[in-house]
Amino acid sequence: MPRETSRDNMLREKHGKEIDDIISRYPVRRSALLPLLYLAQREQGYVTEAAMKEIAQILKLTPPQVYETITFYTMLNLKPVGKFHIQVCKSLMCALVGSDQLVGWFHAKLGIKPGETTPDKLFTLSVVECLGACGTGPMMQINDDYYERLTEQKVDQILSDLKKTGACPLKSGPFMWPEARSAK
Amino acid sequence: MPKHELILLKNMMTPGYTGSLKDYEKTGGYQALKKVVGKVQPADVTQLVMKSGLRGRGGAGFPTGVKWNFLPKDYKGPKYLCCNADESEPGTFKDRQLMERDPHQVLEGIAIAAYAIGAESSYIYIRGEFVLGAHILDKAVAEAQQAGYLGKNVLGSGANIQIYVHRGAGAYICGEETALLESLEGKRGLPRVKPPFPATSGLYGKPTVVNNVETLANLPHIVNRGPEWFAAIGSAPKSTGTRIFCVSGHVKNPGNYEVPMGITLRELIFEHAGGMRSDKKLKAIIPGGASAPFLTEQHLDVKLDFESVAQAGSMLGSGGVTVMEEGTSMVWAALRLMEFFFHESCGKCSPCREGSSWLTQTVRRILAKRGRMEDIETLKQLCQNIAGRTICAFGDAEVAPIMSTLQYWRHEYEELIREAEAHREKELPMAAARH
Ligand SMILES: Cc1cc2nc3c(=O)[nH]c(=O)nc-3n(C[C@H](O)[C@H](O)[C@H](O)COP(=O)(O)O)c2cc1C
Ligand code: SF4
Ligand code: FES
Repeated sequence: MPRETSRDNMLREKHGKEIDDIISRYPVRRSALLPLLYLAQREQGYVTEAAMKEIAQILKLTPPQVYETITFYTMLNLKPVGKFHIQVCKSLMCALVGSDQLVGWFHAKLGIKPGETTPDKLFTLSVVECLGACGTGPMMQINDDYYERLTEQKVDQILSDLKKTGACPLKSGPFMWPEARSAK
Repeated sequence: MPKHELILLKNMMTPGYTGSLKDYEKTGGYQALKKVVGKVQPADVTQLVMKSGLRGRGGAGFPTGVKWNFLPKDYKGPKYLCCNADESEPGTFKDRQLMERDPHQVLEGIAIAAYAIGAESSYIYIRGEFVLGAHILDKAVAEAQQAGYLGKNVLGSGANIQIYVHRGAGAYICGEETALLESLEGKRGLPRVKPPFPATSGLYGKPTVVNNVETLANLPHIVNRGPEWFAAIGSAPKSTGTRIFCVSGHVKNPGNYEVPMGITLRELIFEHAGGMRSDKKLKAIIPGGASAPFLTEQHLDVKLDFESVAQAGSMLGSGGVTVMEEGTSMVWAALRLMEFFFHESCGKCSPCREGSSWLTQTVRRILAKRGRMEDIETLKQLCQNIAGRTICAFGDAEVAPIMSTLQYWRHEYEELIREAEAHREKELPMAAARH
């Protein structure tokens, strides 16, 4: 399949060094696909068609090869999402300790159901499967950060902090649960 | 106070421990690597691991040294090591803690394994959602490289040990080792038909070993303290060492507990995790992650080692122990897990792709009180037609919640169906016409 020559060299112009560094980690170029898609998504919040074409060129793939890979992975967005992407874990272990309630709080507070975005494009709500934090549920991920052992109070603070400052100190640090206890 | 000696969680449980290279070195970190690289023959390291009895912590429990030994001898081309940090089996959250709190312990384990199998490049395949974990590992790799523990000519031995962190992008199936390899090659994460096994044809078609994070984290300790020491911990001879059990659900203190294999479920749940969260009694236990069949309160005295849990009809799997209290609907619980499997089936083979959809719809219908008695037989038949007939072990996993809840709580399915039958006359004609 002939590769389109896109004049769009956005990623290469901006991140040439990082791209070269990523590609150098693998003996086969295609392995750099997921890392480069992340790079593109970091840039624009989702993977644009132009980015797909450019990445295909960089890795000597066809655009369909790039596209078919993206569609397999839930973390790669083909459409824009809100500034804050709230992903609530709904798998069994979190459900046992109240994840459905958590989804309900977001519905009540933001007026959106899973799959929807607030009109101001600030928040998108998704329900997702296990995020590997089942001992500290109910929990969610917002963009890159985990928030665990959630209560309605915490949710209120998180939403208001994110709206005000774009960050919230309640996000998880390096994980350990239970915390180290000093010997009793 | 833990009454068992901690091995993997020991450092991080020490107040003030940050997981930095300096802290790790202070606790004897990288001494094991120093002991082996350039000094011990790689084949002897493999022998040592075999002697320790270490078995994989990722799910299948395959003996680690034996797996390494499958690599073709005298192979001249590149070989690879992949550290499986995909951790997406519902109920499992230990690798995250190992990586985020004591990353160098994991890196030292990888370095030892890479040396033993002769892999110059190793990849840590970490689930995409663990952004913080990937960042911490990246930093730790840079630190270790700076200190000469990783990179070219490690500690002057001539051995090259390069570690790269590679993030997945949200797909449970990429924890299956051959799907992981496909994903690492930049493709859709579809499991490969085996044989060939990764040991002969793995990443880029080259001999490859895939090991779980916790498996690898044990290696420095085995080297330092000797295989006999390790083999004496746990249930000798087949389940040696400790396991980090991830306790979740309706217990007072959910979390990660490292204990020698062979303690009972009762001790884990009631002594370590603090028992039930309320005065409701324990009803069900999943002992090894979402892929493991449910057990009941009758099984509380089952020992947590590979053989005993298998004998009880389930599996030790990934170490995720989920506890459910009286009042939890088992049909509801089975549906939650089934929805997970339906969502995560990669779709490569039809029994799993179609079967997961049928199973989900059938259980959903029963839970919504629209089921029929025949549905129970349908569920069983579907399960029989999935298990053992798929490309990867996902097929066996997805039938576990259905088969086991049907085995122990069939009456819950039947009650829902009886309620449905009592209302059937009032239903929409469409439902009747489909009969
Ligand atoms: C559907 C499926 C999902 C799996 N997910 C994981 C996982 O998240 N992490 C893991 O270490 N192993 C997982 N495994 C097991 C791996 O295929 C493989 O056996 C393991 O990584 C080998 O390492 P070990 O021998 O050290 O346990 C999974 C297996 C299957 C069938
Ligand atoms: S069993 Fe399921 S997950 Fe495994 S290869 Fe087949 S369709 Fe994919
Ligand atoms: S079940 Fe929610 S994080 Fe695992």
